This record gives sequence, structure tokens and C-alpha cells, in this order.
Amino acid sequence: MRVGIIGVGMTAFRPSTPEYSWKELMFEAASRAYADAGVDPRTEVDSFVTCAEDYYEGFGIFDEFTPDQLGGALRPVCTVTGDGLQGLANAFMQIQTGLIDIAVVEAHSKASDILTLEGIIEHGLDPIWNKPLGGHPFLIAGLEADAFVRKTRTSVKAFAAVVAKNRTNALRNPLAAYAAKVDAEQVLSSAERFAPLRALDIAAPADGGVVLVLASEAAARRRHANPVWIRGIGWASDSPTLETRDWTQAAYAQLAAEMAYRLAKVRRPATEIDFAEVDDRFSYKELQHLEAVGLAKKGEAGRTVLKGGYDPGGALPVNVAGGSLGCGNVFEATGLHRAAEVALQLRGDAGSHQIDGVRVGVAQSWRYIPSATGAVAVLGVGQ
Amino acid sequence: MTQRITKWPGVELSAADLNEGKVTQTRFRPNAKYAWSAGEAMSRFLAELQNGRLIARTCRSCKRILFPPRMFCEVCFRPTDEWTYIQDTGTIETFSISYLDTDAKRIPDPILVGVVSLDGASPKMGMMHYFGDMTKDEIRIGMRVKAVWKPWEERRGSVLDIRHFGPLRKDAK
Amino acid sequence: MRKVGVIGAGMTLFRRRLQETGKEMCFEATKMALDSAGLTRADIDMVVNGTAPDAFDGVHMKGEYLLDGCGGYRKPYTRVFTGGGTGVFSSIAGWWHVASGLADAVLVVNEEKMSSCQPHPQSVFAHIWDPILDRPLRPNLVWIFAMEMNRYMHVHGVKKEDIARVAVKNKRNAVGHPCAQLADPKITVDDVLNSEVMAWPVQRLDISPPSDGASAIVLASEDFIRRRKIKDRAWMSGVGWCIDSTMWTDRDLYFPEYVARAAQTAYKRAKISDPRREIDFAEPYDPFDYKELHHLEGLLLAKKGEAPILTREGVTERDGDLPVCPSGGLMGVGNPIAATMGQKIGELFWQLTNQAGKRQIPHEVHTGVAQAWGDLMPLWW
Repeated sequence: MRVGIIGVGMTAFRPSTPEYSWKELMFEAASRAYADAGVDPRTEVDSFVTCAEDYYEGFGIFDEFTPDQLGGALRPVCTVTGDGLQGLANAFMQIQTGLIDIAVVEAHSKASDILTLEGIIEHGLDPIWNKPLGGHPFLIAGLEADAFVRKTRTSVKAFAAVVAKNRTNALRNPLAAYAAKVDAEQVLSSAERFAPLRALDIAAPADGGVVLVLASEAAARRRHANPVWIRGIGWASDSPTLETRDWTQAAYAQLAAEMAYRLAKVRRPATEIDFAEVDDRFSYKELQHLEAVGLAKKGEAGRTVLKGGYDPGGALPVNVAGGSLGCGNVFEATGLHRAAEVALQLRGDAGSHQIDGVRVGVAQSWRYIPSATGAVAVLGVGQ
Repeated sequence: MTQRITKWPGVELSAADLNEGKVTQTRFRPNAKYAWSAGEAMSRFLAELQNGRLIARTCRSCKRILFPPRMFCEVCFRPTDEWTYIQDTGTIETFSISYLDTDAKRIPDPILVGVVSLDGASPKMGMMHYFGDMTKDEIRIGMRVKAVWKPWEERRGSVLDIRHFGPLRKDAK
Repeated sequence: MRKVGVIGAGMTLFRRRLQETGKEMCFEATKMALDSAGLTRADIDMVVNGTAPDAFDGVHMKGEYLLDGCGGYRKPYTRVFTGGGTGVFSSIAGWWHVASGLADAVLVVNEEKMSSCQPHPQSVFAHIWDPILDRPLRPNLVWIFAMEMNRYMHVHGVKKEDIARVAVKNKRNAVGHPCAQLADPKITVDDVLNSEVMAWPVQRLDISPPSDGASAIVLASEDFIRRRKIKDRAWMSGVGWCIDSTMWTDRDLYFPEYVARAAQTAYKRAKISDPRREIDFAEPYDPFDYKELHHLEGLLLAKKGEAPILTREGVTERDGDLPVCPSGGLMGVGNPIAATMGQKIGELFWQLTNQAGKRQIPHEVHTGVAQAWGDLMPLWW
């Protein structure tokens, strides 16, 4: 059974949204998605999935505070404590059971409500092995970027090129929070943070909401919708323990991609995939992830970005909407935002950042520091 | 119970084990602080509390007067329509006589707490609050109550601007 | 839809404090579940984790932290979280992993280590309330139960001694449970009624206190079960879940409509038209004694207000017509929130495969229902 995306809703991504509560932000994203899909959530949606973590929200059981603004009061609603693409995977499976026709996936960030963001991220570290060491949790990204540089002989100039590309791309995305004409020189001269990473290599937090409406093929046909098909989806985790995981490559992304490609019957991703939206919350992650999901050979992503191969007009456009560096880090909504962007591109609805002639795209996510968990979705249009 | 299971794992520790330092522990206090944007509905609600009034939102579709106020109706899934003041009197729907504080510590003088449905809002709509000016033997479900407000200068735009709900006396308005 | 069966279950002791870390507890329960199904981690396609507030274990993104203990290393792994409802909901998530056709064999591992939270796990519950409407009142978790219990008693004219019978039944039932924290063969209704008043009408023995523990089950497709010639299996024939509005002060607390909606969905999927007649026993969620009654009515196994009468008449005893919480439930075995899957789904599996030992229902049983409730709300299978 095929499962398709029939509705996409997003709010603008902004550094803060003081006028809206998190509920009102979710309501806006959900209203947009339901309008896009032409679906009444109160009578036509069989399942709602929210992706949220308690400590990002400041709640003990955040699930309790989700149904009303999604149209899910007294309806089947649940929370997947994971990235939006993991939520998408669960909704995909729910529909695949044959018992659910239409499902909704929601993810959001209200990071501006958090006063101690570093403290929250630090709280994700192992209480026995890592927390006693102290230190900023972004050190983990610095260590991993360093391992990536050594293993693949990638130049830090390539990191700067990723930042320049994505923030410039964001200029054509009216929803982006951090669009700017940034060049590689600016990145390389920004303050050193977690060597080899500099200040501009790190995506800044943003608020925003994303909602997707999914339907079974039969339900989509009944509604005369023209879906973007979820051809394949995969998710996987490497070791959560910093001391035992693979630092030189994103094993989670590779495993997730293998699963997604298997379901989508993609054999040669580098030639069959037209464009990609991958996690770039630290600049090197875009390159590391492209290599892990088989869209670049090991060690080549850095050279390709320096040659403009991932530009909107390049051979493989990557993060055309601006990525997290350009749009802002929306935490658990990051992966769902990527899937939404891929869906809009495939529909030809990406507005001023539309790329021509795309039929198959990949969305990839990572659960941020300190996790080694990620997901990959292959989306396509037509047969 | 199952043939393949013979041992049920787990090593029990006693409070004494902890107190006598027999257990190795690491300690950590998370630095987790938040300031939630109240949003449109709650911002007006809190501002009105400071004025000594309770405000609700109406939904023209289901014809309910929604309290606590919200910018969208969860039943109709549409934006709500208008602001409307409701009364600060109501009925006790349920209550508890609590000898526990927030940290589960025992307290000798019980807290009277419960849900009051408010006059002017749709049936059963109300809020949780304390009850006062009555004893634990007097409180009962169905009792009519009225908000006892803090003096104007002590109000901060919080549900605590109402000190508690006290008995609504027949001779009062 | 593919048929999904439970083929193994395991759980740790439930205790006020366990020496094991959260990861270690997960490992122990997982290993047991795999051993009981005669499988190894290599047979498992995907892993689902269920665990309640991160603040108990004291780790943000607790699902990631527990991952290797749950057998999730380099596998598709996902955590679901619906408050206390996670105790049953995670197995529903496991069900859709298999029923979708994406996986043949799935581990579901639930964990709670409440003793890590100092000075008292109760303080975590301060954060479950609305930050504007509720938290300024500094509410205690027990209040919500006390208010709901009082409303329930008021609407139906229920006496406290009939509610206390649930605590007595479940603590006695738990005597046969090897993991039980709160078993008591000698407890009487008077003991419950004379226990310390916490937040009237809730008294100390009406409550299941905090606990550490983990539980795990293995789910598999019909094809997998046939291929591996697995004999001990219990089919998951219907699932349902539902959540009510966040605005809990806007509804009448006497009846859990969300449970009724979830139950109706599950019964429909299981082709059950008369649950009271077709369901042989039940494991409803009982973190407080009155909750068992509230949930029995929500599950449509008793009419509104009838559950205390059935209890008084002995219908819900292990040898009664409708045994309820033959495991001992949360009241008897303990309440490490999500890990209570061990008394709910685990007990259904053990009872239906005739492995419940001293707790085995004396007459033949074919169909059971488990239910958990979680936020200020719902859920089940």
C-alpha cells in the first residue's frame, strides 16, 4: 500500500514568537496543513502524532498539552519522543496497517521559551560518564567535526562553503529566520567556538511549527488529492554512549538510508535522487550526512560543495530552502521541516526557491546532540 | 512462572543503604529554566485578572462560552470569535482536603482545593482553585462560591490574584 | 492487516529503589523477554521504548539514553510517551511496527527509575500542570486523583469501603507475583480506611507509591510465529487509543469518556460487540484503587456506577466471573509508571498462555483486555 503526503503546513521560522503560545503556534501550522489538504481534522483524521521532548517544552507530560490545537481532542493522539521524521515513520506504519486512512504528524519548536538551552542539551548527557566532566555540550560536535576532518581530509573551507550556501539560499525562502548574504570568508573569520567549528558553523535556535497530513493511496484517490508519495522511510540509532559510538561517520544515517532505499527500491541513490534536504545544524553535518546516505562518496562531499555542486543550480541541490543554518534550529521539527520542503519542491509549490524538474528527493534528520539517531525519507511524485 | 524464567532480576536497596553511603551515586541538578509566552488568550486572561475580572471567549459555531479562554475552539477547530466577561461566582464541582503540599510533605492544616464551574461560562467550565472562609466540615460539592480577590495593589496578573473562592452568601449581591 | 502476537515477556522486581541503572534494568527485562520467546537480539528487527517523564531518571531525551539497554543499538528504535498510558501504549506502537509489515519481530521495552529523582519523585509531577492556570497554585499530583475520586463518589453515591475493596483485592492478588512490591495477604478494608489521610478522599493505602522497574515484551507476525514454531503466543486482536482535551477543568471528571472511545475502537477492531460477555478478564490501570472502578466503567465492562457493586459482590476476584487485575495490578505489584506494562500486557500474555503460576485464573480464559491511562487522561489495547 502506498502512503502519500496530501497536506503541508508551516509557520514562519523566527528567533522568537513572543505573541504566540506554543499552542497558538501549533494551531497555525495545523490550520495551514488542513487547508492545504482540504481535510477536517475533527471528522476525517484517524490519528495524530506529535513529536516532542519534555525538556524542550518545560513540561512533565507534554503529550497532555497537544490535542486541542491539532483538532485531536477526544481523538487518537500520541507523542513520539523523537525527531519529526521518526513521527512520520510511525504515522506511515499506522496507515500501512490498513486500519488508518488519514494521519497527521506535527512537530514544533518554541525554543525561545527556554531560558537555559545549553543546560537542557547538557542534561541529555550520560549522568555517570559525561555529566561530571562539565563542559559545553557542543564540544561533542567539535570532536566529531575534528574526526570528520581527519578521516576524510575535508578542508574547513568546505564547512564555510556550506554555511555561505545555506544562508544565501534562505534569502529566497520567506519563512527562514536567518537568511543573509554570508560568504565563506565571514564564516572563517568568525569567532572560534569548538575547534574546528566557528560561531557561524552553528545553527541558531528558532521557533516554528510544521504539520503534514498523510493518506493511504485509496483515501488520497477518494479525495482526488495529488500526493507526494513516501517511497521509503528508515530510522536507526548508533550507540548512545559517546565512548563506544563511531565518531568518523554517521552510522545512524547510513543505516536509516539503507532501510529507506530498500523500501523505495532505490539502488543507486547518487543517480536516482534529484535533490536532498539534510540536517546541517553544524555545518560539517551536511557533508557527513551526504556521505552517510550515499549521495557523495566518502571524502568527496567537501570538495563538491566547494565546486558549487550542491548549489540550487548544481548537480545535486542540497538544502535549497536554507537548511537549519538559514532557517534556524527548530529542534524536533527539523526533520519534518525537511520532509515538508521536499514535498513542496516535488509539487512545484516551493515558490521563489523552486528547482526545476525534480521527481525524487531525500529528507534526512538527526536528533541533535548528544544523540546518534536519525531518519531518512525518500519522497517522489508520479509512478 | 514461565518454564524458561527462573530468576527475577533486580537488587533492592534500602533507605539505610543510601544514608550509610553504601551506594555510589552521582549528583546533578539540571539547569532548566523557562519563560513561556502566554499567548493571545492567556495574556488577556491574566491582564483581566489584575483588573479583578474573569474573561472568556465565545465560539459561534458550537455556541459555547469557553473558559479558560482560548483563541481556537477544540471542538469545532476554528478560531474563537469574541471576548466576554463572566461572573466570579460559581459552584464547587469537586474538591479535596489535602494534608500534602507540593513536595508530598505532610502539613497539619489542610488545603481546601477543587474545581469551581463559573457562572456565565458554558456548563461545567471552570478552574482549579483554593477554597477558604469555610471549614473542611462545611465544604461540599454543589456549594455556591465567590472569588475573594486580593487588594488591587497586590495583584500581579496571575490566578493567585484570586486568594481563594469563599462561600457565596445569600444576603450578598 | 497482519496478525500480531505477543510471544515473550519479562520484568524486573519492582522496588522502591533498585541498585541497577535504568539501562541495566532495561537490559534485564529485555533479556528475559527474549529468553522466554527463545530468541536473541539478532532476531529482532525493530525496538520500541516506552518511558514516562525524563525528570524521573534525570536525563533529557531519556529514550536515547536507554537505547542500548533496550537492545536498540544499530536498529530502528523509537520511543513513545503518553504519560502513564505509556504502560500499554508502547505495545500498541509495537503492534503497528509489525502490523504494517515493516517488521516481523519487535521488542517493546518500558522502564522507570523514579528513585533517581531527589528529594522525592513527587516533585516531577509539579511540571505536568499548565504553567499559567495550575502551577501557580503549587498543586500536588494526588489532588487530581482526589478531585476525580470525590466527583466519582458523589455522582454515584459510592462508599469508601467499596473502593477500599479494590486495594485489598489487588494487594492480595499480588501475593503470587514474584516481582511484587506491595503484596499483603492479610490486608483488610479497615486497614485501608484507617490509613493516613493524604488528600481526602485519598488515603495512603488508596495509592500505589513510586517504584523502580522495567518490563519488556516481544511481538511477532503470524508468519514469524509459524516459521519459528512458537507455541506460547497471545494475539493482539484490537487496539485503540484516545486523548481528551487539555482543558480538564471543563469536563465532568466522574466518567472517563476517553477510555470509552479508545475501548470502542479496540472492540470494533477485535470484532467484540458485547464486551461484558466476550471479555474473560481485565487488567485496567489502577495507580489508585478507585481508578480500577473508573476504568472498568470506561472499558464498558460495567455500567456507570456499577463497578463498585461488582467488586463488592466478588465478581472481579481472581475466581470471579470477571477477574480484574489478577496480576495484583499497580496497587499490589507496584507503579514504576511505564514499566507497569509487566502487569498489563505481560499478565495478559502469561494468563492467556497458562503461565501465570499461582496467579493463574482458575477457569479457562480466552480474551483479556489491558488498559492504561496517562496524562490527565487515557488509553489501552
